[in-house]
Amino acid sequence: MSRYITRLRMRRTYKWNGRPVGEDRKLKRKYYESMSISVEGKTEDATVSSGQYILIEGDDDDNPFVAQLHKLYTDDSGKKKTAVVQWFVRMCEVPQNKRKLLGRDPHPQEIFFYQDRSCDNEVDGETILGAVQIEYVPAENSFPEGKSKDILFVKLLWDTKSFKALDPELMQPPQSPKSPPPSSRGPQTRALPTPDLSVMKRAMSGTLTRGSMSTGKMNSSEAESLHSASKLSAAKALSAKRRSRASSGPHVRKKLDLCSPTKNVSRDDVLGEILDEHTEKTLTSKLNTSPTGRISISIRLTPLNLNEEERVFPLSSHSPDKPKLTAHDKDDATRARTPSRRKDSAALREPALAALAEEEHEDSPIQTAATPRSKRKSAQLVSSRIRKQLNVLGNKVDRLSDGDDDDDCFIPTKTDLQSSSDEEEEAKIDSEDELIVKKRRGSRTPRSTEKTRVTARTPRKTPIKKTAPATPRTPRHATPSIPSRSAPARKPGNVLEEARARLHVSSVPESLPCREQEFQDIYNFVESKVIDGTGGCMYISGVPGTGKTATVHEVVRSLQQSAEQDEIPHFHFIEINGMKMTDPHQAYVQILQKLTDQKATPDHAAALLEKRFSAPAPKKETTVLLVDELDLLWTRKQNVMYNLFDWPTRRNARLVVLTIANTMDLPERIMINRVASRLGLTRMSFQPYTFKQLQQIITSRLNRVKAFEEDALQLVSRKVAALSGDARRCLDICRRATEICEHSGSQKNGSGLVGMSHVMEALDEMFSSSYIAAIRCASVQEQLFLRAVIAEFRRLGLEEATFQQVFVQHQALCRVEGLQPVSVSEGLAVCQRLGSCRLLLLEGSRLDLFLRIRLNVSQDDVLYALKAD
Amino acid sequence: QDRCGCVLMMLCDGVCVQAQKLLRERLCHQKLPDQPVGLDSQYKHLLELLRRTAVHGESNSVLIVGPRGSGKTMVRIHEHHFNAAPVAGLLQTDDKIALKEITRQLHLENVVGDKVFGSFAENLAFLLEALKKGDKSSSRPVLFVLDEFDLFAHHKNQTLLYNLLDVSQSAQTPVAVLGLTCRLDVLELLEKRVKSRFSHRQIHLFSSLSFAQYLDVVRAQLSLPPDFPDPKFSDEWNHSVTKLCEDKTVEEILRRNFNGSKDFRSLHSLLFLAVSRVSVSHSTLREADLIEAWRLISVDSKANVLHGLSILELCLIIAMKHLNDTYDGEPFNFQMVHNEFKKFIQRKSHSIHKFEKPVVMKAFEHLLQLELVRPVDSGVCKVQREYQLMRLMLEHGQVMEALQKYPQCPTDVKQWALSAFG
Repeated sequence: MSRYITRLRMRRTYKWNGRPVGEDRKLKRKYYESMSISVEGKTEDATVSSGQYILIEGDDDDNPFVAQLHKLYTDDSGKKKTAVVQWFVRMCEVPQNKRKLLGRDPHPQEIFFYQDRSCDNEVDGETILGAVQIEYVPAENSFPEGKSKDILFVKLLWDTKSFKALDPELMQPPQSPKSPPPSSRGPQTRALPTPDLSVMKRAMSGTLTRGSMSTGKMNSSEAESLHSASKLSAAKALSAKRRSRASSGPHVRKKLDLCSPTKNVSRDDVLGEILDEHTEKTLTSKLNTSPTGRISISIRLTPLNLNEEERVFPLSSHSPDKPKLTAHDKDDATRARTPSRRKDSAALREPALAALAEEEHEDSPIQTAATPRSKRKSAQLVSSRIRKQLNVLGNKVDRLSDGDDDDDCFIPTKTDLQSSSDEEEEAKIDSEDELIVKKRRGSRTPRSTEKTRVTARTPRKTPIKKTAPATPRTPRHATPSIPSRSAPARKPGNVLEEARARLHVSSVPESLPCREQEFQDIYNFVESKVIDGTGGCMYISGVPGTGKTATVHEVVRSLQQSAEQDEIPHFHFIEINGMKMTDPHQAYVQILQKLTDQKATPDHAAALLEKRFSAPAPKKETTVLLVDELDLLWTRKQNVMYNLFDWPTRRNARLVVLTIANTMDLPERIMINRVASRLGLTRMSFQPYTFKQLQQIITSRLNRVKAFEEDALQLVSRKVAALSGDARRCLDICRRATEICEHSGSQKNGSGLVGMSHVMEALDEMFSSSYIAAIRCASVQEQLFLRAVIAEFRRLGLEEATFQQVFVQHQALCRVEGLQPVSVSEGLAVCQRLGSCRLLLLEGSRLDLFLRIRLNVSQDDVLYALKAD
Repeated sequence: QDRCGCVLMMLCDGVCVQAQKLLRERLCHQKLPDQPVGLDSQYKHLLELLRRTAVHGESNSVLIVGPRGSGKTMVRIHEHHFNAAPVAGLLQTDDKIALKEITRQLHLENVVGDKVFGSFAENLAFLLEALKKGDKSSSRPVLFVLDEFDLFAHHKNQTLLYNLLDVSQSAQTPVAVLGLTCRLDVLELLEKRVKSRFSHRQIHLFSSLSFAQYLDVVRAQLSLPPDFPDPKFSDEWNHSVTKLCEDKTVEEILRRNFNGSKDFRSLHSLLFLAVSRVSVSHSTLREADLIEAWRLISVDSKANVLHGLSILELCLIIAMKHLNDTYDGEPFNFQMVHNEFKKFIQRKSHSIHKFEKPVVMKAFEHLLQLELVRPVDSGVCKVQREYQLMRLMLEHGQVMEALQKYPQCPTDVKQWALSAFG
């Protein structure tokens, strides 16, 4: 009985069931049909076998990954068990920003068929937790009520960009004809004609048992469908032959070359393999149509059939032969993720030709996309025909279990579509499909019995579901939002307003001028990591306002764009900012929340992330993490930084960390050795903008909105470049200058453009010190006091005096000026007022007469300000 | 007739009290005028800036710098146009409290009743998320007013400032960050990345008020409004105020006040004291009221303390003054003071009672308690009390003035104080 255990605390041992069902000699792999999982403390072993839906250990204990097991194999050492799977995703695994695309609330038990080429579909067999039940719900139907909480429903397909209706065919495990990759073809063709004797025997026994189990009525219908199917297949075989011939054209060859997992396969080899394949296809189709086809058919098709059956009898002793199938599937799997990666990494190796390579990227997916579409048409035609036929059959066979029947009816078409959507067109597929259909007819009854078993099993599973609501992902009641405004925001009315809107730092420019080189470097770095599925760190430094964060965002934006177009694998971008958290350890919480929408305490979050990034369980996407203001993540033990830089080095992490800080030597200054070492030497420094660059930035932002005189622009950029090279400052000054221009424009009629005088005024406003103005506007006593301070300084020859000393001078000055001397209290009040403006630097006022006074302005400035008065 | 007169008296009384109440309210509650005086251009600049945030959804940050009492807080007048979140550096002493206050004032959805729940980290994340969700065209602009902006710069990492200014520089909810401070060097307090995000707009509120304008303000502040219930009384009152402002002594007092500081708060407290002296018996403001008010305001804070001292204590203070003169401000100890005092007693034994040393010590300790003398280094306790070094916390002039005003001060003591040698 299959059952799954989600809690990982238990130790599990994995064992192969039975002998290998096939072997790939080239890849030195042995394929198995099923695997048993025994758990400590449980007497019964769980068994998983290909075709079954399984749970795979993931980073979230309560929501393990869901997948359909396609193949199980071991390498020649026999130690490492590997499983090839088709992934399903839960809603919580879908990126948060895409969840809205569903357009409705997801069913709590809903999962989605995951379609992503870039995703690694090979997992360590020892991460399998157990079997799970998945039910396909047609898109238009509502979710069935009252079912067990353990059954997951699949309704839609998620292809990393959108939710689509899921064709039931996709739910079927892929079968041998579906896209056999050329490289592994050779051994398989050899393997096929001489099937293992034991395998043959087992397969036979499989059919036999099945036969004995099904009723007589079933048998007859089986025969009937077989008959009609074989009739149909003859015609199909012919057309398929034609198609396959056409498909072995040069461009397919090129594609295959690219797609092959081993790069050194020469074109000739590929051609040969295709031809091989072709002959094999014709051979098999011939076999199918031949009168003795029955046995060979049953051998070849049982695997698929059994996939269905395995669910029914997880412990059934008859393990069908599926050497061919598994081999194909496996290759399918590797191929699924290799093509783009190979291609792109090849392109990346020549950074000088980056542009060229990009073009290539653009081209290739179109090619690949175009071919399947045309095929899909024909495939749909075929499948619809099959469906029709099946409906007839199904009605004939059993009218009692209608729902069940419907399910079955769709199954063959599913496989059909799946295979046709693949790049290869197979001759045998059609004929085979029908045969599968027939087989399935036979297996339907046991399936219905399975249903009852499911219900019997449910109580045992309920505790697992109970844990589900206990996840920390409690829904937030409050949605962060700002109330909306009553009147719409007004659009800029004139040129100056338009210019001001464009010059605002917040407006996102079309491009980032003057940072092309940095952009390219970061782009190449991230892209290569994303494509290779590896991890890495990069440290970016530069003074504020030099476009560090903007450039990284731009890189991510363009990478996401190319990911949208399937040029590179999809990746997950998250951003944290050291300034936007209250404590360095909050970094964990934020990363976790952005990754999985979970809320956790810092310690727990750190543990979860640690597990997520170190677990061998497959990651669906590369994660690109931007850590802004890195220096604020410094802690005494530096464990936050250590972890951030350590995770990318893990083998399975697929994490790219981009860190940003201001100082170039931050790693040397504040990091201890083990942290700095993990950060690596991939560093980049953003130089402050030069005046030409600043000028270019403003010009590109203005984008032909004529609002500034050339000289004025140059003045601003030169001034800012001389001071800081901060682009924000530059933009702010320009914005202020437009305001000044607008105000003065009403008084005198100028050119309407922002001129030198306006810019000068803005610069003065922002950079000139306000001390002189403050002194000039101070009251008489305050001015006198300042003079007294200077007089006392001169007398003492020091830059510091006590209040008492200054006060004596002050009183003397009062008499000189003909004013009534002030009292000590008044004098102290005057002194404090000057201190609060920071014209004077004072000690605490409780020192009273003995508080020490220093000037915060130069004496010359004070005298200048007072003299002009 | 008597009754009639009595009613008239009461009426008059009522009117007088009413006028006093009105003026006191005006002066005490700091009722703000509609427009600040003498700050027109700055006012217009700020108004324009806020208007752009409100109308165009343009984010801005601005600092308003001006000495105390220059009208910085007057920007609060315009708060109601915005989603305003005023926080004060003196009240919200750290980012955690400030964040809660902001959240509460913005009525975000994690506010229950008047309480904000959640940890600091959650609140910060929530606020940032809320601000991030908004956009230029659809969200209502938020005005953050940070009173005592410089105090926020002392918060840990300047987290709040960074985040608010970062929002103002990115395409999120339009915000206007308004910092009010009196420190001219406030920008130097900001960390470099916080500084970079600040737009460097500063509006300086330096009043270039002339004395004539100042007098106008005084007149306006004291005048009764035209809608005062008793026009006859109000006419009389206003006439007296105009006359008062033309008076030489009053003008002298006002000028002294004006010379001291140009802000209106000190003026208000002066006028408040004057207005409070108005009573039914003299229902108009007279110059004597203002003179008395000025006397109260300008009195030295230590003068009253000195008046309450005993002769012995006063003698000790004079002794200390002499010591200060002799040793040029060097600290002294009790023993030195006592010796000085003994010398004086020996010379003038007939007029001053002879005191035992413990009594003198007691008097000295009293002065210590009044903080008229203060130990130089409070940390050293090992030294005997008699030998602990002290400083006199009084100016020369303060001592002399106190002596002049001291009731029934023995002439010997006065002479001793005036004599150059102890």
